[in-house]
Amino acid sequence: MTALRSWAPIVLAVLVLAALERILPGLNTDYRVHVLLDVGINVMLAVSLNLVNGVTGQFSIGHAGFMAAGGYSAAFVSLQLMQYQLHGIPDAITQGLFLLLALIIGGLVAALLGFVVGLPSLRLRGDYLAIVTLGFGEIIRVIIENTEAVGGARGLSNIPPWAGFFAVYLGVVVTIVVSRRIVGSTHGRALLAIREDEVAAEAMGVDTVGYKVRAFVISAFLAGIAGGLYAHYQTNLAPKSFTFIRSIEIVVMVVLGGMGSLSGSVLAAVVLTLAPELLRAVDQYRMVTYGLLLVVLMIARPSGIFGTREIWELWPFRRRSKPDADKELAGPAAAP
Amino acid sequence: MSELLQHLVNGLSLGTIYALLALGYTMVYGVLKLINFAHADVFMVGAYTGLFGARWLKGQGEGSLVRAGLVLLLAMVVCAALGMLIEWLAYRPLRARPRLTALITAIGVSFFLENGAQLVWSPDPRRFPRLFESHTYIFGNTAISSIQIISFVAAIAMMAGLQWIVYRTRFGLGMRAVSFEPSIAALMGVSVDRTISITFAIGSALAAGAAILFGLQYPRVEPFMGLMLGLKAFIAAVLGGIGNVPGSMVGGLVLGLAEEFVAGYGLSSYRDAVAFAILIGILILRPEGIFGRVVAEKV
Repeated sequence: MTALRSWAPIVLAVLVLAALERILPGLNTDYRVHVLLDVGINVMLAVSLNLVNGVTGQFSIGHAGFMAAGGYSAAFVSLQLMQYQLHGIPDAITQGLFLLLALIIGGLVAALLGFVVGLPSLRLRGDYLAIVTLGFGEIIRVIIENTEAVGGARGLSNIPPWAGFFAVYLGVVVTIVVSRRIVGSTHGRALLAIREDEVAAEAMGVDTVGYKVRAFVISAFLAGIAGGLYAHYQTNLAPKSFTFIRSIEIVVMVVLGGMGSLSGSVLAAVVLTLAPELLRAVDQYRMVTYGLLLVVLMIARPSGIFGTREIWELWPFRRRSKPDADKELAGPAAAP
Repeated sequence: MSELLQHLVNGLSLGTIYALLALGYTMVYGVLKLINFAHADVFMVGAYTGLFGARWLKGQGEGSLVRAGLVLLLAMVVCAALGMLIEWLAYRPLRARPRLTALITAIGVSFFLENGAQLVWSPDPRRFPRLFESHTYIFGNTAISSIQIISFVAAIAMMAGLQWIVYRTRFGLGMRAVSFEPSIAALMGVSVDRTISITFAIGSALAAGAAILFGLQYPRVEPFMGLMLGLKAFIAAVLGGIGNVPGSMVGGLVLGLAEEFVAGYGLSSYRDAVAFAILIGILILRPEGIFGRVVAEKV
């Protein structure tokens, strides 16, 4: 029963997404599908970054680096796999399996990098972490630019277009489910404790460095998967698209939505991806607005629009549910 | 040998620029415990001010050192005002909030300035004017330009001036007191707001000085020029021990030399990675920096 309940959202998502995939026009026939996929990727990135910046209260500004690492390694793997064909298995399934393999390798590479950067810097205070992650993101980009095997500064093209709506949104669902599960688990409580007060958390026996590194690795892994998916529908990658500016875009999504609010991150990612598409005329002011938005938000509402709450906790008819939820938490122990 | 000397000269002249910028980071970190991300963009504004200022002062004796001095002064005044404005608008309302809030604001200010500059001055790089005629002196096989000599002297003069302000004046005493503990400093009659404001002004003026010296040697001005340079200068500050004024100078020189040697001996495409390798190394081995002292965390 528990197994059924934990797998239910994924199974449901697979069915719904498969159905939607049939209805939606192809990627090449309608640019709006392309925008839809961009939205999905940004949601994945924002939700995964929220795990570090929001839930754990650390401040990483090098997320684009992990995305680039994952994207490039996944693309590299599929370019090698492209020429093979599994015997007796239909093309579509072969592609799916290859994509899955490429994504997992991409995610693992990103996770490894997350571990490498996390281990030394997470022992230190938040502002050092910000600089290290920023620097690390730039180093990843410099290395990619200087590696001829992945196209160097020209970029990598002709990546097989294996990812479509189904793959990207399955990634979105998995990211959200994983992230939500983590927040609700013992691990998540430890991460929240670190965010609230690191010294107190340590005094209560939370292995702060260990949990921070783990949060970092999981976040990097998910960003790597997002990068891999991005590579497989974009079909080309350029180091230029993974600069510091990309990282800041993701940070703005998390901060705007509310650091620690999963639904806030999702909503902010959707709005901030769609807004420039709908308002083409003001696109040149977008980056200036992001900067201003961060400053104004920090002065006026430093916890972001939703703070650490989820959207459904703010619905009018649930307004009084917060104390109830607390009681529920204490409930089983108090029940006779 | 001559190649080594040449790299030494180039490394030192780059290092002085890092050092000047690093001083701004370290001073602000000292009093506010904040990484002022916008510092690098104050530097960028300083470079643009120098560019437009030189154009504006065209009549005042072409190519004379007097005009160069005036341009430098103008850029320093403009940047000092900008630094104080940023502090007043963006950082002061947040002083009582968690440090992360201020950090995000600093990133926001930096992003705003970079993209605002791109909007106003276009993203195309511009050429920084030659403020005075440069001669190149050859010693053996080592070339030293008069720009390098003048820059070096000017940078040393600015650092000496700062050293004097911090350790020999009343204001410097107040600044060190605020850096040590703001609430106690306030009780002792130091105006914390004014001290922080002037600290920003001095740091930003030094950034403007760095911008003019940088523009003379690398005449390319663009809205994002501060980003990488600022990061490296911050790393120089961490290397020397953040919050420590002489440390920043040493850190800047060490970083400039390290970068120049790595670039000079065949790994020029990894030039930008050197600084970050140094940063990660120092954070693992000696997080308090070369001259820093270990400070116990107060709970």
